[in-house]
Parts: sequence; C-alpha cells; structure tokens
Amino acid sequence: MDPITLLTFFVLSVFVGFEVVSKVSSTLHTPLMSGANAIHGIILVGAVIVAGQAESPLVLVVALLAVLMATVNLVGGFVVTDRMLQMFGGRKPAPQRADAEDAR
Amino acid sequence: MTILSSELTAFLYLVAAVCFILALKGLGSPKTARRGNLVGAFGALLAMIVVFLSTELDNIALILAVIAVGTVIAVPASRMVKMTQMPQLVALFNGVGGGAAALVALLELEHSDTIGAFLAVAFTVLIGSIAFSGSVVTFLKLQELMPTRPIVFAGQAIVIVLLLVVGLSAAALIVLDEATLAGLGLAGIKGTAAVVALAVGLVLGVLLVLPVGGADVPIVISLLNAGTGLAVAASGLVLSNTLLLVAGTLVGASGSILTREMAKAMGRSVTGILFGAFKGGSTAGSTVASDRPVRSSTAEDVAILLGYAQRVIVVPGYGLAVAQAQHTMAELATTLEAKGIEVVFGIHPVAGRMPGHMNVLLAEANVPYEVLQEMDEVNPQFKTADVALVVGANDVVNPAAKSSPGSPIYGMPILDVASARQVVFLKRSMRPGFAGIENDLLFEPQTTLLFGDAKESLTKVLSAVKAL
Repeated sequence: MDPITLLTFFVLSVFVGFEVVSKVSSTLHTPLMSGANAIHGIILVGAVIVAGQAESPLVLVVALLAVLMATVNLVGGFVVTDRMLQMFGGRKPAPQRADAEDAR
Repeated sequence: MTILSSELTAFLYLVAAVCFILALKGLGSPKTARRGNLVGAFGALLAMIVVFLSTELDNIALILAVIAVGTVIAVPASRMVKMTQMPQLVALFNGVGGGAAALVALLELEHSDTIGAFLAVAFTVLIGSIAFSGSVVTFLKLQELMPTRPIVFAGQAIVIVLLLVVGLSAAALIVLDEATLAGLGLAGIKGTAAVVALAVGLVLGVLLVLPVGGADVPIVISLLNAGTGLAVAASGLVLSNTLLLVAGTLVGASGSILTREMAKAMGRSVTGILFGAFKGGSTAGSTVASDRPVRSSTAEDVAILLGYAQRVIVVPGYGLAVAQAQHTMAELATTLEAKGIEVVFGIHPVAGRMPGHMNVLLAEANVPYEVLQEMDEVNPQFKTADVALVVGANDVVNPAAKSSPGSPIYGMPILDVASARQVVFLKRSMRPGFAGIENDLLFEPQTTLLFGDAKESLTKVLSAVKAL
C-alpha cells in the first residue's frame, strides 16, 4: 500500500482515538485502559502471518513465541475487562439492600 | 488458505476496526461499557478468522495449537485473579503484547525493503521491548515482589542516555540502505542491529520504570499501554496491514489521552512521574513513622461514633483493598443504614491502585452504584457529615495537598474530610502513605485513630455496632 494511504489511515485513527476517550469519567479509566490493552493484542494477526510464512525453524520458534504472547494479551485482555465490567452493568438490584430498606 | 478475495479481506478488516472504535466508545460510559468490550472481542475474533482465510500460511496446526495454549493460560488467569491484583495482570498482558510486537517486527526485517518499513521495524523493536520489560517491572512493583519506592542508582541518568544513543544508532543502522552500509563496510549488519535494539529496549524499559514510585505506577502502565499501541501500529506499517495500523493507533492515541487524564486526577505531570526521582527524590519521601501524639481509640468507641451519627461518609483507600475488607465494609454500611443512618462512599479518582479501581472493588462487594459518589459530588457534603470514616486511605485526604506548596502532592485534588465533625481513620500504622508524607489531619483534635488491619478493625467495629 502506498505511504500516503497509510499516513491517511494513521492520522485519521489518531483523531478518532483522541475523540472516543475524551471526557470519560475517572470511574471508567481502569476498564478503558484494560479494554484498550486488549485491543492491541490484535498484534496476534501479525504474529500469525509471520509464523505462517516462517522459512527457518529459528524464525518459526520466535514467531510462535510471539503468537503465544499475543494470544495471552488478546484473550486475557478481553476476559479481564469483562470481569471488571460485570461489576458495573447489569447488576441485580442488590438483594441485601432491599432487606435493609425493609428493616427501616 | 486464500478463500477470501483481497477486497473482501480489506472490507472485513474495516469491520473489525469499526468494532474496535465502537468498543472504545462504549467503554466510556457505565451503561454501554460491557457491551463495548464484547463488541471489541467480536472484532478481534472476526479479524482472526479473516487472517486464517485470507493468507497463505504454513504450520497452521502448530499456530492453532499455540493459540490454544495461550488461551488456556490467559482465561483462567483472568478469571481467577483477585480483583485487588487486577492492575498488575493488566500490566502483564500489556507487556506480552509489546513483546509480541517487537518479535514480529524483528522477524519481518528480512522482508522489509523501504525506508518507511525499516523505520517502522526499528521503532517497533525499541518501543515493544521497552513496553515488555517496563511492564514486567510494574508487575513486580505492584505484586510487591520488589520495593515499590523509587529505585535510583548513581549514574542511572547517564546509563539511560548512553543506552538511548546505542539504541538510536542501532535504529539508524536498520534504516540505512544496504548500499550505504556496504560502503561503510557494514554489509549485512541490519539483523545484528535489530537484535541490539531489542536488547537495549529491554534494559531501557527496566531502567525507566525503576525510579517510579508506587503510587505513580498505574500511570506508567497506561503510558506503556499507549506505547504498545504505537508499536502495534508501526508493525501494521511493516506488514502493510491496515487493521494493525488502525487498531494500534487507536490505542496509542486513546492511551495517551488516558495517561494525561490519570496524571491530572493525581495532580502529577507525566514527565514529573518519569523523571522526578532523578531531580532529588521528590517522590521518594520517608517511610518513617512520626512520634507526635495522636488520639487512638477502640473499636467500641468508633462504633458509638458511627451508631449515633446521622450521616456517615466512608472514604475507602488502598488499605481496604489489600486487606480484602470490601465485603466487611459493605456489611457495615448496610448495618448502619438499617439503623437509619445515611451512608455514602466518597471515592477519590485514584483510590485503590488505579482510577476507578475502588469502584470495581466495592461493586464486587455489592455496594450499590448510587451510594458511590465521586469527589466533586461528595466534597460539599462533608460539612454536614457527622463522621468521615477513612479506611486505609491517607494521601487522598491529606490537607497538605491544599495548604503546603512544597509538598510532593501539592495540587492533587483531595477529599475534604477535614470539614466533617469527626474524622475516624482506620490505619495499619502511623506510616505515611505511598507519597511518603505525613498527614497533619491525623493530629487534629477531631480525629480518632483505630490501628490495625482494615478487615480486622472493620469486623470489630461491625460487631460493636450490631451490639449497640
């Protein structure tokens, strides 16, 4: 792909990146960081391509190490973010809380 | 396999990139956050299917097996980690991502032929390896496998500068074209230069993170996260893969903003965090306990204070989290509410180890979202509160942030607990907090201290409140 097209992609992505996270409440900084962390695990795509085109055993071994690391980043990142967010959204209206209201 | 045409591949990568944008957008609001994360995961899954169906790949069985192994490692680790240890797990995930990017770029060196691609290789190898080793150090610090205080040795700054020079020279060798290199008698040196850059990056990552104090580590994680994003973006340039370019850039850009926001919430500057320790220990502080007189008290006295209050504001800090006392705290709040006492939680933006960490911990203990109030909401309420109960927090309520310009935390917004009628601190000891500075509030007449592990103290207070 020609450099100018790639530069265009890059510049536009920078602006989108700035835009989507500005003015986020500090409550969500941790899950947001964790989610962004998961997204860069997509380097797995690159690792798979390199491993699939490896021509020597040494390259293959190093590439497979990259595949392993990237998988841990990608899969672990999304799972741990989901676990953090379970606590936020879709929470049952806390049963013991209802008891406390009754006791008043 | 190359089942998908290149147009369809590009289109599906675009869909995946849009998923990532929607994911980041969704993560910005509590209602849509979880869905946003799932959209991101869907985008990633789609991209993985596309890469297998659109590229001519050997060793597919091996690759799939390694992905399976990675999944088997990652899923239980993320499912089982304690919520208090989550920041270091995120740091570790970030590190392996950066490492993977560095390795990918290293291996793609021999397939690269343009100046742009060589530049991208050099950048990815350096930044990716810094992110890897830096993240490992943040992990060790947060896990308390090494001291959390800033570590500086004589000549560290010089060593860092020298390493930067070596790293940049190696980068230059990677970028220069073969003809020029051959003219210099350095033909075929690119591979060696890339390995040197990788090694230099690994050492630099360690040296750059060592001087960072415990409280600032989360900001560094966020910064390294942004760095990994940019490394992934650059590896997209190397592989001419637009998805990697777009996804990596998104993370790099949003991560930089996030880092700045986090630093702002703590009243710190990013450069101050990274290089502050070199300027003569501004973040070092002391960990010596003071011997000025304080009023310490028993769990029963604290229970009486709480039990006869009208309004109680709880200020939870990291001490609550390390003691795993969030469930006991939640029970105490419920018990007090059952007695008709109004309880709210005042959450400092950086309570816990990362912004928002405390909210996650309390939500895990089933504390309703509505009673968790942010600093700006809760600060005006301290004036009408009978008791401010500070559990395992120190720096975030230290009036020095407002009153003493020389203090390292000066300028950090704090919770205004000093204006409550009574202040109760549950603390392990008189040792200062992460910032290593004494808290004058501890010596004020309206302040009562209850020493001990947060969980034990809360358990005693809870049973005393029940017995009232």
